[in-house]
Amino acid sequence: MSDSSSATTLDRRAFMVTTASVAGPALTAGCAAPGPAAAPPSSAPRCEVVVNGRPHSLRIEARASLLDVLREDLQLTGTKKGCDHGQCGACTVHIDGRRVASCLTLAAKCDGREVRTIEGLERADGALHVMQQAFIDHDALQCGYCTPGQIMAAIACVREGHAQTDDQIREYMSGNLCRCGAYVAILEAVRDGAQRMKEGDHA
Amino acid sequence: MRDFSYGSPDSANAVLARRAADEAPGLRYLGGGTTLFDLMKLNVEAPTALIDVTRCQDLRTIDLGRSEWRFGAGMTMSEIADHERVRSEFPALSESLWKAASQQIRNMATLGGNLLQRTRCAYFRGTPAYPCNKREPGTGCSALEGANRGHALFGGSPQCVATYPGDLAIALIAFDAVVDLRSPRGARSVPFGELHREPGDTPHLDTQLAPDELIVAIRIPRSPAMKASVYHKVRDRESYAFALVSAAVGLQMAAGQVIDVRIGLGGVATRPWRAVAAERHLRGRALTRESARQAAELVFADARPLPHNRFKVALGIDTLTDALMQSKERL
Repeated sequence: MSDSSSATTLDRRAFMVTTASVAGPALTAGCAAPGPAAAPPSSAPRCEVVVNGRPHSLRIEARASLLDVLREDLQLTGTKKGCDHGQCGACTVHIDGRRVASCLTLAAKCDGREVRTIEGLERADGALHVMQQAFIDHDALQCGYCTPGQIMAAIACVREGHAQTDDQIREYMSGNLCRCGAYVAILEAVRDGAQRMKEGDHA
Repeated sequence: MRDFSYGSPDSANAVLARRAADEAPGLRYLGGGTTLFDLMKLNVEAPTALIDVTRCQDLRTIDLGRSEWRFGAGMTMSEIADHERVRSEFPALSESLWKAASQQIRNMATLGGNLLQRTRCAYFRGTPAYPCNKREPGTGCSALEGANRGHALFGGSPQCVATYPGDLAIALIAFDAVVDLRSPRGARSVPFGELHREPGDTPHLDTQLAPDELIVAIRIPRSPAMKASVYHKVRDRESYAFALVSAAVGLQMAAGQVIDVRIGLGGVATRPWRAVAAERHLRGRALTRESARQAAELVFADARPLPHNRFKVALGIDTLTDALMQSKERL
């Protein structure tokens, strides 16, 4: 997991943001980005939210989606924006342990809630979650854009008890589309990841 | 998206008190937001204020009583879909929920909000370049002369032929559910069959709800037909799609004859559709594939197909016939 807020690495995201900032200030317009121009009105909802174990006290626009707040305010860009209409699953995160589409979740709804994103899966020792490892081992991706959402959905799918059979995995993973068509390997990864979650302590 | 004010009171009383204090027409109740926030992004909906009801614990109750089941309107779709007694004692209800949307959406969407889900007609969700009487009354209906493959066979008008997209409502209308409403002006209960409107000359109005009315609960009278029930949904893809045709069926038989049968149809009408003529045809008869098909043909004899959705007549007859036979297997 790369951390774009880390000063030691310059990853693709940081490179793009830096480049765009030089090109012009328009990049963040319309997003709930910090800075006087985009500051939310004083009536904006407050949002006390724990994200990946870290508490945040946010002042947000009422119309901000959880997805935009994660990506633009908290720089947690592992969660992807695909369709922005709840149809593709790329933005899947967990709120209080349940998977949701963060693009259709008003950030204001998260006050007092606990959010977990793909960045919050790895253990303190840096080991990947067994479901992340299963996706790597089964080569369950091509371009990788849908993968964070697939993995967040898969972990929830297992915890819900909806990964008992291949048919059930297909049904309960149907909210996550993969335009590269890596479904065969995704099914294998979820099946294997479910087994590893059952065996290991990484539930 | 136009900005709006937001509040999330923790009881239905507090929600109604806030509603009473603000009579602005742009004020709306908010459930999971999976329809409303989506349509706000498309500029189809533009509320000025949202009152989020999902923190109201008094809307999150389940009471599976001997004579009636009652679900608080704030329960989520996934909570009811996965409820053990709902799955075993009223499979059509569970199936109408888990065969809808995705688990992500079902974890968010409330029962009350689901009933008020708006049509998926592409012109309704589209830009002002395409006239739509439901989105903007008086502008015209693009679907009548346009792409109408997904549109309604029943209940349309020259103003609108958009289908009601939901699944839960199809099970509820078949089983005589009642919806409990509250507003700052009081409380009332509406039989499910009277909740949704046909478009007529007012296609912008989907239901009989007044703007200040909040769905607080759904009640379903217990009936023996719940046990042998099924929600059969046919789609363009196997999962995570809206119905082309769906059928909610419940069955009770004795001595080889149909005592009670309930039939709701989805994907084919402008509102949740109860197939009363087919129910009447089957009562007192043996249920065979032939009698099931006769009943289904009776329903779809009244269909008014559009240029692109004629296939739904044959598909509908097959779907209802199959659903009736599936429910018989669950007796």
